[in-house]
Amino acid sequence: MSGRHGIRKSRWLPVYVTAYLAFLYLPILLLPVFSFNNAASTTFPLAGFTTKWYASLWGNTAMLAAARNSLIVGICVSVLSTGLAICAARAVTRYKFRGQRAATGLLMAPLFLPEIIVAVSLLMIVLQLGLELSLATVILGQTVFCLPYALSVLISGFDGFDRSLEEASLDLGETAIGTFRRVTLPVVAPAIISSLLVSFTISLDEFILAFFLSGTEPTLPVYIWGQLRFAAKLPGVLALGSLMIALSIILITLAEILRRHAENRLKAGAAAHG
Amino acid sequence: MVDTPMIEIDAVSRYYGIYRALDDVSLDIAAGEFFSLLGPSGCGKTTLLRSIAGFDTPTSGDIRIDGQSAIDLPPNRRPTNMVFQNYAIFPHLNVEENVGYGLKRLKLDAADERQRVGNALEQVRLSHLGKRKAHELSGGQRQRVALARALVMRPKVLLLDEPLSALDKKLREEMQVELRTLQKAVGITFVLVTHDQYEALAMSDRIAVMFGGKIAQVATPKEIYQHPLTRQVADFLGGMNFMQAKITSESAVNLSVETTRFGNVTIAKPKGFTATNGLATIGIRPERLRVLWDDAKADCEVTGHVVDRHYFGEITHLIVDVPGLEKPLSVSETNNFGADDIPVGAPIRLAYDPDALVAMAD
Repeated sequence: MSGRHGIRKSRWLPVYVTAYLAFLYLPILLLPVFSFNNAASTTFPLAGFTTKWYASLWGNTAMLAAARNSLIVGICVSVLSTGLAICAARAVTRYKFRGQRAATGLLMAPLFLPEIIVAVSLLMIVLQLGLELSLATVILGQTVFCLPYALSVLISGFDGFDRSLEEASLDLGETAIGTFRRVTLPVVAPAIISSLLVSFTISLDEFILAFFLSGTEPTLPVYIWGQLRFAAKLPGVLALGSLMIALSIILITLAEILRRHAENRLKAGAAAHG
Repeated sequence: MVDTPMIEIDAVSRYYGIYRALDDVSLDIAAGEFFSLLGPSGCGKTTLLRSIAGFDTPTSGDIRIDGQSAIDLPPNRRPTNMVFQNYAIFPHLNVEENVGYGLKRLKLDAADERQRVGNALEQVRLSHLGKRKAHELSGGQRQRVALARALVMRPKVLLLDEPLSALDKKLREEMQVELRTLQKAVGITFVLVTHDQYEALAMSDRIAVMFGGKIAQVATPKEIYQHPLTRQVADFLGGMNFMQAKITSESAVNLSVETTRFGNVTIAKPKGFTATNGLATIGIRPERLRVLWDDAKADCEVTGHVVDRHYFGEITHLIVDVPGLEKPLSVSETNNFGADDIPVGAPIRLAYDPDALVAMAD
């Protein structure tokens, strides 16, 4: 029974997969399609090809300011969260200490906390402390949010790192600082870059924290949300969204390529003495 | 030894909590010597090696290298280099860059550096693979890179941590010969850690056998195999037929004992020997018992019958029950004369040389 049943069922599998993928990606595909459509409304049939929505983005100073804000926030968040995650990942992968599991769990917890709750509590604290809402508060909030992502990339990168490589370097006369520069850093560099790219991408399209904490300086997602109230602005938003999707895909692909590269190298190193 | 030893281990202890990894170890290793630290895992041999390299700091005691106390020196300032068990080849560098890694600190001129890297690669027969990356090398090649990378630094002492354990048997035996030849050629003191008694016997000038953080015996391979001081050393270095013998007289250097089947013999008294209840542990190696064929005669014989037989290609192990002995004798005989055809249950006569009997402390 099970064999025939299995075969008959598998005929529906391609249909299911197609439906699944369509549900996931078709809406996103509509974005670039309409962004090249020569009409202000997002309805079929398409009215002809144009790049004017993209061209209009250049003259839009408010949008450019938001893009600049996003860039500043993205770079700061990726550097901060990766820097903090490097320390944590090294501690977790290198040393055995009391409360190691608990510490790792707490570091990863923001992944599972409802983001809006985190955002509300951060907002309360910032207001309690009497701080001005600014890009700095967005950066702090998003750093907390990105830390677990950076950490999981780095832990997998550091896990295969062989302690004896550092010992070999010391043994060959190199100092501790020189060893970090000539061995540790180059070997884990792909993981670090991968973590920077992942954090930047997450920061780039993070909305809730940015919305709560950004004050008068919107990031791109906050700017887009603001534009949705005006129907005439929609095509421009679609063009901007398409660009952000393209950028995110490029960055995440790059990060994944680097991560695999690092993993293979460490695996090759470990295989010979496995 | 008249000269100052290259390495002096002076009353070194290493405690981890109450566990004693090294327990008051003292040892001298001569310049130019191929010295092996042999013992089962957890005996402290690796801890001792890492203490010489500077990766582990003894709880007490001193380590002098070429007359200088090294106990407070970090690894990068000791005149030692190490070949790691997993070779620790830098994965982001090619073979030449790996070998030249330590030379970069010395700020040699470029031609000089190239020359030294080239020579070191030649020494380990890897000149043709200079541009390869670590993951493109076989186990044996990685081992050679690790060796060249250490030797290029011209250390006073080369430390080798189980360097052959990751290789398969055939390659391991080739590398044993090669390492030995290399050591003779460069004349550097080699200290090798191994748990493989054949490796230690085949390569070393001297061996220290360690158990439980202490050194049980230090001697040449032949001495340690033929005259083990303790039962534990004898057992670790190969097969041994143990038996109890009654002590009839005892001098400072000799023991006269009465055995049940090997007659009355006088044998050398091992250092640290103490009798228990007037009894001594004596033994004979399995290959020192020879099968007597047909009506061949020998001065000293024991008789019994074969209870089991194990074939090993060039030799056969016979298990021979001898009435009056507490355990059957294990006999290792070459297959030249047909030892592999002796049927189980057959009566057998064995010849031995009384000089092959040794007394051991328990």
